[in-house]
Formats: sequence, structure tokens, C-alpha cells
Amino acid sequence: MITRRLLLISAAAISFASTALAEGKLKVVATFSILGDLVAQVGGDRVEVTTLVGPDGDAHVYQPSPADAQGVADAAVIVANGLGFEGWMDRLVEASGTAATVVIASNTVTPIAFAEAVEEAGHDDHADEHADEHAEEHADEAHDHDHAHDHGAQDPHAWQNVTNVAIYVENIAAGLTAADPEGAATYKANATAYLAELSVLDADIRAAVAALPADRRTIVTSHDSFGYFAAAYGLTFVSPQGVSTEAEASAMDVAALITQIRDAGISAVFVENIADPRLLEQVASETGAKIGGTLFSDALSGPDGPASTYLAMMRNNLTQLTAALGS
Amino acid sequence: MSWLVDPFTDFVFMQRALLGCLAISLGATPVGVFLMLRRMSLTGDAMAHAILPGAAVGYLVAGLNLGAMTIGGVVAGLIVAVLTGAVARFTALREDASLAAFYLISLALGVLLVSLKGSNVDLMHVLFGTVLALDNAALILLCAITTVTLATLALIFRPLVLECADPRFLASVSRWSGPVHFIFLALVVLNLVAGFQALGTLMAVGIMILPAATARFWATSISGMLIVAAVSASIASVFGLLMSYHAGLPSGPAIILSAGCLYLLSLGFGRVGSLFTRAFPRPHLDA
Repeated sequence: MITRRLLLISAAAISFASTALAEGKLKVVATFSILGDLVAQVGGDRVEVTTLVGPDGDAHVYQPSPADAQGVADAAVIVANGLGFEGWMDRLVEASGTAATVVIASNTVTPIAFAEAVEEAGHDDHADEHADEHAEEHADEAHDHDHAHDHGAQDPHAWQNVTNVAIYVENIAAGLTAADPEGAATYKANATAYLAELSVLDADIRAAVAALPADRRTIVTSHDSFGYFAAAYGLTFVSPQGVSTEAEASAMDVAALITQIRDAGISAVFVENIADPRLLEQVASETGAKIGGTLFSDALSGPDGPASTYLAMMRNNLTQLTAALGS
Repeated sequence: MSWLVDPFTDFVFMQRALLGCLAISLGATPVGVFLMLRRMSLTGDAMAHAILPGAAVGYLVAGLNLGAMTIGGVVAGLIVAVLTGAVARFTALREDASLAAFYLISLALGVLLVSLKGSNVDLMHVLFGTVLALDNAALILLCAITTVTLATLALIFRPLVLECADPRFLASVSRWSGPVHFIFLALVVLNLVAGFQALGTLMAVGIMILPAATARFWATSISGMLIVAAVSASIASVFGLLMSYHAGLPSGPAIILSAGCLYLLSLGFGRVGSLFTRAFPRPHLDA
């Protein structure tokens, strides 16, 4: 198992290294690092992938640079997440005047509204009133038209559910095939192999969560990116901050969170790779909750980090969660 | 009453935020009053921007590390202060113009350095610190800077007042004119660095200057202004934190806006030279 993963990772690394040098490959721009990894997995050495928001970057507050616009202009295929995740994407595509095919990776994924996962998990703590209101407010819009550009209504972080990523991979394979029909067989073979990896991952996550005690499935983290993970695998994530990292937490939010942790007896607080860790350390020291390791949500880590690929990222998160909750 | 007290008794982070804000209120407002009296109110703003590259270098070296960012900020602020003074002394350019030049260079350098790290959200944490996340080290730093500031101000109080009133006279009777100016600028830098741990570089200037401007409408003596400024900053801190707690507002802007409301009220109804007293002057005998 581990050997196979290592082989896959090194294969991906080697293909990265060789594609960067080679000429005449299909130029693909992915909007952020996780999509970049998926495209590299499907495209193999037939494509040259560039990512706009690199490892550890935050796509919510990204500002395109002229070099990015140039890369977009030269690209044959652009892969975006959709669901309102890249609010800047339409403008960038238009401004660069690119002729590239735009693949929306989340196409046909069933979107969920923000904080819906909290409701589904049957979490009725009163400290969540704020989030629930928000969900109800937008729930109608979200269900009415599922391809709407309702920024803020739908949760764009669909890749946190491994089943959705299988859809991503199929969309990416279809998009690459349309742009480069000669590579159809390669893309299909790569996608099939990767889908097998994904289903193993999905089963592993389900098994690990099932092994947790029922009363130890609530986690606090500083970013609301785990709605799909929560809905798919039956965990509850609560957060001191709103869904966007642009929001500054108020004393009310922090107090509500501390009250919630005390009342619900939550024992693990996770620091994410992109939100302010100082705030969480404060909450943890006040409640006596344990600070877990780093969860990766919106961005991969650098090549030497614990989440250099999507698979590594999900397995890292799973290890961190089970370590903190299982004890 | 419970509206006022409960947030602070129930939550340790509110107590820490309050202590941090009160420390800044005591330390930064006297500096703000002297800035205002010396017609250097905008200098505070300029220096706040000048601190950014130092904090950024500290951040690049050690991450969100209090010590590294503080040392970096102080060093960058002092370099800009010294360069500004030197340029004003040795070239034809006036001090305000050379300060503007250096702080803009410094600000651009700071934004560039933070962005180089690749993750642009961190810049927001540097620009908008959070008073809700003060740990022990940050609190000790804030209180230490306040102590140093108050002690230093007590030592240089007389020459500093003279420097405000008549700098040429001070220069003619004492060798203290130059040193006092630089010591004072160093205090400005120190307090801005303290303030940006809690409020961020942009908001730190607010807690320094707004209470000073408020105090101008209530007191005629310097000591009176110092007291009014410290008290109004403390009121603004408490009220801002309460608003942040009860109304869910972000804490830094809530505190600065509270100070802003006090300023606007004083502007309208203060005892000394406000719009009200100008509109309805009292007879001389009563005054």
C-alpha cells in the first residue's frame, strides 16, 4: 500500500520535472494547487500544468499577476473549480483574451449550501444559530439553480468529498480529451488508475471515521472548508470565523466558540495552513482543548510537505483527525 | 450591568484584550498628544507604514513570531526616522517631504516582501492584528513598552514640552534639542509596534492620534490633555470590545470607531474651542 503510494508520488514528481522542460505538450492552467495535482495525475506526461494559486496560497484573496494572465492567454485548457470559488476567474479569462477551453471541474457535482453539513449532522447547539440562519437564507437559491454564480451561497470546497473528486477527474479527462483527442487513451488509462486510488481512499476514510466513538466527532478549525467532508463522512466541523478568510473574527464569534467548546466538550482544535493560528491557540488555552496538527483544506503543501498531492493531503488530514479524536 | 461586566468575567481572552488595550491606551496616547502638539499627527501614520518592511522581514525569517516581528518593526521604524532626520539636516529637502519619501519606499518594500512569501492572506494578519489573540508574550511586550514609554516621557518631559512650544529656544539654550527629537521618534516607533500586535499597523495609529485630538477639546494644559487622552482611549477600548462582543463587530475597527465617536462628540460639544463653544461663546466674566 505504502510502496504503491510512494511509487505514484514519485511518478507524479518525475512527470512534473520532465514536463516543465519538454516542448510541444498540452498547456494546461489550473486555478489552484489541488486541481493542478488532479490535472497532472490525469494528463501524465502529455500535459504541462501551471497553477495560478500555488501551494499554501489562498485562492479567496488571490490577485492575478500579468504573468498569470500571460500563462492563461497561452493555455490550451483552463481548469477551474467553479461553484464561485474563483471569483476572479471570469475577469482573468476575459482580460487575457485566451482561446482556451475552460473546464469547470465541479460540473455535475451536487453543491451543498454553507453550513448545511452542520444541520445534517444533527448538531443543534444554540451557538450555531448564526451559521444556521445563513444556511437557511441561501438554501432556496442553492437548490433552485445548481449552476448559478451565486457567490457565497454554495460551498465551493467540493473536493473535500472524495466522491466529488472522482467527478472532477472525469470532467478533467473529458476536457483534456476534447483539447487533445490523440491522447484520449492515455487520459482514460490515467483517470481509471487514479479513480481506483480514490475509491481506496474513500473506503479508508469511511473505515477510520466509523472506528471513532460517536461522541468524539466534532472538530473545531479556523476555516469553514470542510462542509463536504463533514456531510460525506459524518463528522461535524465548527469554526470561529466565517467562510471567507477575509472576515476578521469578532469577540462575539470567539466567545460563542468558547462557549460551544465548553458546552459540547469538544476536545480537539485544528489549525489550518492559511488562517490565523494565534486566535486558535488563545481559544485552546482558554478551553483546555487540544490543538491538533495541520489540516490542509484549500491548498496543497509544498513538494516536501505532508500534503504535496491530493491523496497525500486527504490521508494527512485523516491521520490528524483520528489521532486527535481517537484518543 | 451584566452587559458591561459579564464578557470580562466569563472569558479570559476578553480580559487579555482589555489589558492589552488599556496598556496601549496609557502608553500610546501621551505620545499622540505630543505628536499633535508638535503638528506631527500625520507623522504617526507615516511611521506606521514605515514599520511594515521590518515586520515583514521578521515574518519571513520566523513566521508569525512576536519577537522577530517586533525587532524587525522597531529597526525599520528607527532607520526611517534617522534617515528622515539626516536628509532634512544635510540636504535641501524638508523633513515632511523626506519622511513621505522614505515611508512610501518602506511601505512598498514591506508589501513586496510579504507577498514574496507566496501567501497573501498573511499580509492581512500583519496589517490587521487581532486584539482577541493576545498571548502572554504579546501582553508582556505591550505592558513593557508602556512602562518604558511612560518612564522615558517623565525623564524628557521638560525639554519635550519646550521642543513643542519653541524648538529654537530649546536649541539655543540646551544641547538636548536633537536627542529629545530622536528619543521621541523612537517612542513613536515603539508604541506603533506595540499597537500593531493588537490592532494591526493601520489601526495602531488610530489609538494614538484620535484620543489626542479628542483631548484638545477638553483641556488647555498639557497634563490635562494627557489625562483626557488616556481616559478617552480607555473608554473607547472598553466600549469597542463590548461592541465586538455584543454586536459581533471586528474588534480593531470597533475600538478605533469608538475613539472616533468620542472625537466627533468632543468636536461638537467639547469645553475648549469646539463648534458649540465657538457658536455660543460665554461672557468673559463667567469663563
